Amino acid sequence: MEDIQEGKDIKATTTPDIASEEMVLNLGPQHPATHGVLKLVLKLDGETVTKCTPYIGYLHRGMEKLSEHRTYFQIIPLTDRLDYISAMSNNTGYCIAVEKLFGIEAPERAQFIRTIAAEMSRILSHLLWLGTHALDIGAMTVFLYCFREREKFLDLFERLCGARLTVSYLRIGGVRNDTEQKWLEDLYDLTEEFPARIAQYETLIDQNRIWLQRTKGIGVISAEDAINMGLSGPVLRGSGVAYDIRKFMPYAAYDKVQWEVPIGKNGDVYDRYRVRMEELRQSNSIIRQCIEKIPAGAIMADAPKFVLPSKDDVLTDIEHLIHHFVLITKGTQAAPEGEVYVATEAPKGELGFYIVSNGEGKPYRLRIRTPSFVHISALPKLCEGALLADVVANIGSIDIVLGECDR
Amino acid sequence: MDIPDIAITLLKVVITVNVVLLHVAYAVWCERKVIGHMQARLGPMVVGPHGLLQPIADFVKLFFKEDVIPTNADKPVFFIAPVIGVIAALSSLAVIPLWENFSIANLNIGILYILALSSVGAYGIILAGWASNSKYAFLGGLRSSAQVISYEIAMGLSLVGVMMLAGSANLSDIVNAQAKYPFILVQPIAFFVFLMSVIAETNRPPFDLPEAEAELVAGYFSEYSGMRFGLFFMAEYAAMFVMSAMVVVCFLGGWNGPEFWIFSHVPKIVWFLLKVYGLMFLYFWLRATLPRYRYDQLMGIGWKIFIPLALANIVITGIIKLL
Repeated sequence: MEDIQEGKDIKATTTPDIASEEMVLNLGPQHPATHGVLKLVLKLDGETVTKCTPYIGYLHRGMEKLSEHRTYFQIIPLTDRLDYISAMSNNTGYCIAVEKLFGIEAPERAQFIRTIAAEMSRILSHLLWLGTHALDIGAMTVFLYCFREREKFLDLFERLCGARLTVSYLRIGGVRNDTEQKWLEDLYDLTEEFPARIAQYETLIDQNRIWLQRTKGIGVISAEDAINMGLSGPVLRGSGVAYDIRKFMPYAAYDKVQWEVPIGKNGDVYDRYRVRMEELRQSNSIIRQCIEKIPAGAIMADAPKFVLPSKDDVLTDIEHLIHHFVLITKGTQAAPEGEVYVATEAPKGELGFYIVSNGEGKPYRLRIRTPSFVHISALPKLCEGALLADVVANIGSIDIVLGECDR
Repeated sequence: MDIPDIAITLLKVVITVNVVLLHVAYAVWCERKVIGHMQARLGPMVVGPHGLLQPIADFVKLFFKEDVIPTNADKPVFFIAPVIGVIAALSSLAVIPLWENFSIANLNIGILYILALSSVGAYGIILAGWASNSKYAFLGGLRSSAQVISYEIAMGLSLVGVMMLAGSANLSDIVNAQAKYPFILVQPIAFFVFLMSVIAETNRPPFDLPEAEAELVAGYFSEYSGMRFGLFFMAEYAAMFVMSAMVVVCFLGGWNGPEFWIFSHVPKIVWFLLKVYGLMFLYFWLRATLPRYRYDQLMGIGWKIFIPLALANIVITGIIKLL
């Protein structure tokens, strides 16, 4: 590691006998194409990358440790800030994990709302990915078109729960508030026009020779390598492995709707791009089916030991007031001892929550398995031997968010 | 040359340079507007009606910004690099015939002069990259030198066909030779090669590798700020105008316009400017539409496609001329 510290190469180039050496380039942590605060130390031979070392940790906020001092409810806002592009998916993953630990289940309407919200956040995440990925490769216009549609989905989030990014919408045992019928109708209208928008992005880049030359055959990961490196989500499926947790271990309402798992063939940047574009369409269709099938009913589980009572009950009923007081001040007093691991399919890959409980109102240990952390470990393999311009294409194609990687 | 001649030439220089600089300022505004509307947004709207005073605001801002020079930068070279760029771009204007019998210098080797100056302009970029003591700028400078070497050849070769047809390297003579029909009709391959090379030569998308912001932050001018950065900007847009003018002069018939009905009363300069504006629009359009080529792909296109095409064009033109 010492040989690639910054500054050392400057000395090498000023030696009198003009030694020809590889150049060390610090790509990041402040760099337009590293999507946050990723730092890559690249060894360059001309423009060819001979060694690539990722450095992470610039956005470390100690979330796992913070969680040990918070009640189960108070951790939900922390999960918003994991992958801040898709807060709904993180909420979903965490709430399902805690529900499994408590042995409760959200009512069916809440499951459908969760599915809709999670798929909306998948669309939001993929739109941001598409925009920035295209921007990295030089297609500026796609970026702004993607943001035009993102805006509409974010407006709907705002109407749903008051927040656009850090939503904290889900609750253990359900969701915070019910949706209005008007909201569902507006979302349905949006899903009707959205496939045409996806086609619009594709006309700009999918048939473009430059785009194809920049993405086909670049950053190839074989299916075997992808599995061995622990990759998940669209990156794994781009390599041709049809593994999607929503299909294999269905949660929320994913087993009640019809959809397909798109996969790629070659595992290159282009295939990962295709997989995500197809996922946009699938998510759109999932949302439509959920809106068509959403049942009426409660939105919070009937489990007073674990679930916050409604405000009306708290103000009128002594028993609810006591529950409320205990739940807020100490956390639930009925949490079973034990450990639980629940994986969900976040937009970027497998998002797993591992909770160890010793029966207190807060977790003894919360470990978060985030896709970005694992995917960054694949970067050296992708980038070594490639050109400098491919490095940014690769970073874009594995779709990382550093908030989630560093936690 | 006696004193009145010098005075007239000086006046021509002052007027031409000022008109071009005004064009440069509003080309930036136009680009932001055109790309803005293509990208479903409005572009500058705040300063003046429809942002029309934006260039002035930009200029004032750049002019009063702190002039930051990186430590360990090679100061004299750092100072001189943007100046080289601007001088090369503006000097090229001297031989461009704007309308009949109007060019500052009616040079017999006009084409060679412009090609030579555009190569000198590349020195500005290379030296800027070298002097900044930044690796990103350095890589940008290196890319630029490679790009210029590849595309100068294709550019020069594609103009040989035009010179053969016109029998002269004087730009006014070339335009006069196109009085009946523009050369794009008889030299379509050369036109295509020249247009693409011109875009590469002026570092514009999709060939803007020396300043590829995704990889190289801002490329060769990463370390420049304030008016020095402004000079690079000015040089780039002035070069775009000069090169658009070259395309118009060599392939699109220069100041010649349709000669019937009321069109024959339109001043010649209008035709010339309209054609130049059309090409500038093409520049903006490409920027809004296309992704960026990769370095090796760019070199591949230059050496494997454009240069052979330009050579084949010379051979074909020669054979047809002999027949």
